[in-house]
Amino acid sequence: MNSYFKNEENLAMKLHYDILKDDFSRAGEASSKIKNMLRQLAIDANILRRIAIATYEAEINLVIHSMGGTIEVFIKPECVEIYIEDQGPGIENVELAMTKGYSTATNVAREMGFGAGMGLPNMEKVSDEFVIESTLNVGTNIKMVVNY
Amino acid sequence: MQVKTLIENHGFSHLSGNDLDREISNVYSCDLLSWVMAKGKHDTAWITVQTHNNILAVASLLEFACIIIPENISVEQEIIDKANEQGVVMLSTQLEVFEIFKILYEAGIK
Repeated sequence: MNSYFKNEENLAMKLHYDILKDDFSRAGEASSKIKNMLRQLAIDANILRRIAIATYEAEINLVIHSMGGTIEVFIKPECVEIYIEDQGPGIENVELAMTKGYSTATNVAREMGFGAGMGLPNMEKVSDEFVIESTLNVGTNIKMVVNY
Repeated sequence: MQVKTLIENHGFSHLSGNDLDREISNVYSCDLLSWVMAKGKHDTAWITVQTHNNILAVASLLEFACIIIPENISVEQEIIDKANEQGVVMLSTQLEVFEIFKILYEAGIK
């Protein structure tokens, strides 16, 4: 697997969103803004849908699991790169976290329909390139690339 | 089938959104949001018992035709207002999921 690296080469536009921990009432807003922005750039509907899934799942993960974090979207001539960074708590076992159906979500989150254990697998599935690096008690970085 | 047919011919209540001429091409029922994100197709009528505002993000990101809330589950005004802001069509009905499936199946959605 490639290592996490923010590649600013050929960058046409950069979007940045701060996501707060436990902010259920606004969860999904950043993904909607990203989708609307990309739609204005006349990006293909199928690509848009993949990016929407990637950013939405990442946003929900930041809300229900992290201490807060950021979503950055790099728009490039050939692809869109999505960078997710949080301030912890880090994932103890990344391989387990990537397993469909495995979740550490709280009961409150599960009652709302989150915590299906599909977030990370969905993100990987829609990405042409997927990188996840996590250090316990430090944080998690994810890079997703969707080619046009 | 157009969304408005459910309101006009089958007694569904119109909660929010304006695009009632929208054609329904697919039907899906699930209450796990990541599952819906993975499986939902465009122009879907999505049946769910979840009524919090995150269902609006899912429906809008995936460009669903409408959300259908079954079994007379009530939806808070705050959510209806947000759905209107985001242009998400929400319907409600006293019918159970299977009854809703039957209506849509008989209308030719297969």
